[in-house]
Amino acid sequence: MSSLEQKRPLSPHLQVYKIQITSLLSILHRGTGILLFMGSILWAVWFVALATGPQSYGKLQALFLHPLGLLFLMGWAFSFFYHLCNGLRHLMWDLGYGYDMPTVRFTGWAVVVSSFALTVMAGIIGFMLIRIWA
Amino acid sequence: MKRETDLHRAKGLGSAKKGVGHWIAQRVTAVALIPLGIWFVGAFLLLIFAPFDQARLWLSSIWVVTATILFVVALFYHGCLGMQMIWEDYIPHEGTRWGVVLATKFLGICLSLLSIISILKVYLSA
Repeated sequence: MSSLEQKRPLSPHLQVYKIQITSLLSILHRGTGILLFMGSILWAVWFVALATGPQSYGKLQALFLHPLGLLFLMGWAFSFFYHLCNGLRHLMWDLGYGYDMPTVRFTGWAVVVSSFALTVMAGIIGFMLIRIWA
Repeated sequence: MKRETDLHRAKGLGSAKKGVGHWIAQRVTAVALIPLGIWFVGAFLLLIFAPFDQARLWLSSIWVVTATILFVVALFYHGCLGMQMIWEDYIPHEGTRWGVVLATKFLGICLSLLSIISILKVYLSA
């Protein structure tokens, strides 16, 4: 190994790396993407349960209604809304708009606020529906 | 100007010249998933706590079934492309990376097929 290679820094140096709104939202896009991929497996299970019968459907529903299940559903909903809103931001960049830093920060915060608001809204509707169907 | 030898590319070390197709497919499925995703997640929220018969009734319309199958295809396609990107970024070992990407695609194809067959079974028995 040459001396030049040995001196090369690791980039970004994670131990001293200051998290910014830009980098945090970027990694969150991937994180929520992974969670949505796992969620899509659950959608396949939901379709299979619908095709199989009331017993398996009931078991799946009991899992959703468990406190941990509800927590997962909230995380799943947030992942969906976040990935959707931030995805729109990515598509905007792909079209060549919104690259200056003030706009990047503004759209970033808009994504955070709207994805939280949409998650809360979905949560309220969900809890109302639990009461209606119960 | 050519920047790599034919041997280099043949060994899989250079650009496969397929990156653009992946990039475009990711955007096309993303755009398709905006209306399809909002629609399906809305319906799923309304049905997830509903009784069995109520949920099955939803899949008795040819329009709903068609849109749901479109959603499933776009979803697993987009999901596999995204997971492939993540694996390719974080798995340094070439063989492992290749195997994991292939396994992800296999899983995506199996799950979308399983979903489509289940949806059609509900629709046809309604």
